[in-house]
Amino acid sequence: MISLTDFLIVSAALFCIGLYMIVSKHNAIQILIGIELMLNAANLNLVAFGKYDKLNNGGQMFALFAIVLAAATTAVALAIILNVYKKYKTIDPDRIDKLRD
Amino acid sequence: MSLVQVLFYLMSFIALASAVFVAATKNLVRSVFMFFITLFALAGLYVLALADFVAITQIVIYVGGILVLILFAFMLSGKETLNAIAQQRRQFISLSKLPAILLAALFLIVLINVILKTNADHLGWISQSIHQKNVIEPDAATTENIGVNLMTGYLLPFEAVSILLMIALVGAAHLSRKEEQQ
Repeated sequence: MISLTDFLIVSAALFCIGLYMIVSKHNAIQILIGIELMLNAANLNLVAFGKYDKLNNGGQMFALFAIVLAAATTAVALAIILNVYKKYKTIDPDRIDKLRD
Repeated sequence: MSLVQVLFYLMSFIALASAVFVAATKNLVRSVFMFFITLFALAGLYVLALADFVAITQIVIYVGGILVLILFAFMLSGKETLNAIAQQRRQFISLSKLPAILLAALFLIVLINVILKTNADHLGWISQSIHQKNVIEPDAATTENIGVNLMTGYLLPFEAVSILLMIALVGAAHLSRKEEQQ
């Protein structure tokens, strides 16, 4: 069988790739993809540990809720990004530096 | 090495390699499409962790919903900004990315240290649940149990999430509507 440590290491690597994307990218959509990667890494941990909870399914249930919340977050975030693009004509977070004029 | 382990290493290699490609490539549309592959490989990993229902949900919601949404937003935000960003990035290729790489690598080292010290396979509650036969077997049908749990123990979070989805739907529609004449 696959040990839990293997799952944890894979998800740690995915988390760090997501972290790198969030810090280094100049495009709001790519930052959003980085956030999705980090959420997926957390989901992988939840699912891997959820194997040891057959009666309550705690881990799998939390992973399902996290997926649904990620969907809601993405919908709102993309609507915000489109609005920002309409106003600033760019989606580079470095150049969005005005609150309201 | 059993077949399951081979599949696990294959899936995790695909997931990690495509994630690195997503992070490293300059072509933005291609990075979105490679993210598809990352998500599919992650669904495969979920199956190997004996969570088939979560894997199907991952494919339906992430690949079917979220990625199509991201592609839509991508196509709607114009072409010239993407070119400008690409040019800007080519100049400071190593200078601007070094801190991010350093941060991610150090964080990875810390995480792996913690994971190796935790020794997750011999935690107290895990050996207890193995002892009590509370482990999902590879031939178990978990979907029925998930349904029963969702309608009994997790009913309140389920309803709260449904209300939150409703709010997010209304909010997204409100944010992305056409501006009226002001």
